[in-house]
Amino acid sequence: MAEFKQAPVGASRGTQFMTWVDNRFPATKLFKEHMSEYYAPKNFNIWYVFGSLSLLVLVIQIVTGIFLVMHYKPDAALAFGSVEYIMRDVPWGWLIRYMHSTGASAFFVVVYLHMFRGLLYGSYRKPRELVWIFGCAIFLCLMAEGFFGYLLPWGQMSYWGAQVIVNLFAAIPFVGPDLALLIRGDYVVGDATLNRFFSFHVIAVPLVLLGLVVAHIIALHEVGSNNPDGVEIKATKDANGVPLDGIAFHPYYTVHDILAVSVFLVVFSAIIFFAPEMGGYFLEYNNFIPADPLKTPLHIAPVWYFTPFYSMLRATTDTMVDVLCVITGLAALLAVLKGSGKVKVGAVIGAVVLIVLMKTFDAKFWGVVLMGGAVIILFFLPWLDHSPVKSIRYRPGWHSALYAIFVVFFLILGYLGIQPPSPIGTLVAQTGTVFYFAFFLLMPWWSRMGHFKPVPQRVVFQAH
Amino acid sequence: MMKKLILGVLASLWLAASALASGEGTPLDKFPTERTNDLVALQRGAKLFVNYCLNCHSAEYMRYNRMHAIGLNDEQIKDNLLFAADKVGDTMKVAIDPVQAKEWFGAAPPDLSVIARSRGGEHGSGADYLYTYLRTFYRDPTRATGWNNLAFPNVAMPNVLWQLQGQQSAVFATGKDPHNPEEELHVFKGFQTITPGSLSAEQYNEAVADLVAYMQWMGEPAQATRVRLGVFVLLFLGLFTLIAWRLNAAYWKDVK
Repeated sequence: MAEFKQAPVGASRGTQFMTWVDNRFPATKLFKEHMSEYYAPKNFNIWYVFGSLSLLVLVIQIVTGIFLVMHYKPDAALAFGSVEYIMRDVPWGWLIRYMHSTGASAFFVVVYLHMFRGLLYGSYRKPRELVWIFGCAIFLCLMAEGFFGYLLPWGQMSYWGAQVIVNLFAAIPFVGPDLALLIRGDYVVGDATLNRFFSFHVIAVPLVLLGLVVAHIIALHEVGSNNPDGVEIKATKDANGVPLDGIAFHPYYTVHDILAVSVFLVVFSAIIFFAPEMGGYFLEYNNFIPADPLKTPLHIAPVWYFTPFYSMLRATTDTMVDVLCVITGLAALLAVLKGSGKVKVGAVIGAVVLIVLMKTFDAKFWGVVLMGGAVIILFFLPWLDHSPVKSIRYRPGWHSALYAIFVVFFLILGYLGIQPPSPIGTLVAQTGTVFYFAFFLLMPWWSRMGHFKPVPQRVVFQAH
Repeated sequence: MMKKLILGVLASLWLAASALASGEGTPLDKFPTERTNDLVALQRGAKLFVNYCLNCHSAEYMRYNRMHAIGLNDEQIKDNLLFAADKVGDTMKVAIDPVQAKEWFGAAPPDLSVIARSRGGEHGSGADYLYTYLRTFYRDPTRATGWNNLAFPNVAMPNVLWQLQGQQSAVFATGKDPHNPEEELHVFKGFQTITPGSLSAEQYNEAVADLVAYMQWMGEPAQATRVRLGVFVLLFLGLFTLIAWRLNAAYWKDVK
């Protein structure tokens, strides 16, 4: 236990109060550790605002969510009507609902940008592996939140979107159909499904999400933030043990983030007040038709933030599985030519097993595997990247080109996932899928190739 | 390098946008959007809606007294619009039995509360669709109701506004599909009046525009408030951004 402190004689009421509190709860200590004496590199750029913004959107979602739950009815017969009740009869209900629906999309926008920042500057590299892994888990939770929450308005898209995604689980060999039944709680998406999705959306997943966010920040503050130069600022400290290139998070980055929040809110409000449907991307037209289990819409597409992964699922046709078999075979051949004894045997056995499995099970199942794998592979990034430098700034130019192609493919996959399938679209999506996985799976090799620029001792900083 | 990345991203977005714009389909007539802010037009539209639509279609999330927002008081609502309910606080329910309706028309008439929001798509807004749909009914003896529609081919609904619009037939030209010579295409060439209605074509377009304006407003009664409030919110945030920007600069000016 810390020593019991005494406020100095004649101290102000505030000081006396804080002394009383600090003797019982480390309020001042926590504030110093995480705010006023948490030293962040001073060379952060615009990419570094999306972490704080994610936190802001999280708070918006929780607060608006609390108010929505006060009026929403998780009942197949009442859900659609209760949303319209919120939009019409609840005072300011429309604002709360639009904030929540726009917030869902905004969450993915800021989180995708936040993750891309990590990718650019190698923020997942040692010693920040756990920061990254907690972050990936947050992303997974967010996808679950988005998926469960999307069923709740009980419109046609909600219903059929959920139907399609739950049916994917049915493609898993042996346990699939039972698993899908377990998720739905019924043979079709129905009242039981709505109730359990509501429970997951408002209780289970948010609890996990909040815990992960705390873990993400604790881990970050333990190791310290990375920066656009990928220089460890803790390596050069002054006499007081403060990093020379560090700057107190509060007030310097809080004031930075206030500006970022303000700009973000301008965009966020512009959407809420002037284009809450965002041309059918944030609130889909079909979702203003109540769910009808007997009427399948012509074209079912998930909301935009799932579409890059949905595209990968759709791209996995029988032909695609054949291509993957050939790629597996070539990889094994390469291992035999280049590897040592044990690697050779392992590669051949692994490849044969994988090819047999790929040809045994349905292509749809492998689509599910690819879709899930595309997210899961992110967890392994810290060990896939073998580049001698962290930041893109000191990597060979063609690395940046690879990242650019990666981003373009990701956006194209997202676009194709919204569109109805077409032969050319499928071919492009297949190319994109192969590139996505090649980008990560070949990273151990390509990330150390090329001519790296020397990394400076100290961060590069131009005064504002 | 960042610039290259951003350029690449922009280029791909442009590609996606141009691909989106090239989507084909039947063109929709443009609904005169400014009419949604015209209170008198909305009131006329409400009257048409109650008289012509609310016999078969409900608008069960719409309360009669919400029409205060389009300049009507309880007395006016009670005297002119309240045929299907007793209290102005009721929602626009309808007496038709959905089972019987399905028997009569082949489909139960859908609820119209948010119909204007649900019919949007790549060809135009929901209001554009409704504006086109309500003006393109034509006589078709092959249909059970004797009516067909250009915007919604083989629709179950007959033209309830026929006394206003009159009756018209559609002229189709047959031609070869340029993409598939095996297929015969029916290309719409124009309407021919069979019997004129009580309104001229011009007046009928106006009346339908009023009706669609009402349905557009009913889809989201808060829309005018939303936009009005949005202007003030953005003005405030613009000012706040300015202050936040200067505050940020003031703190950071000493950081070397």
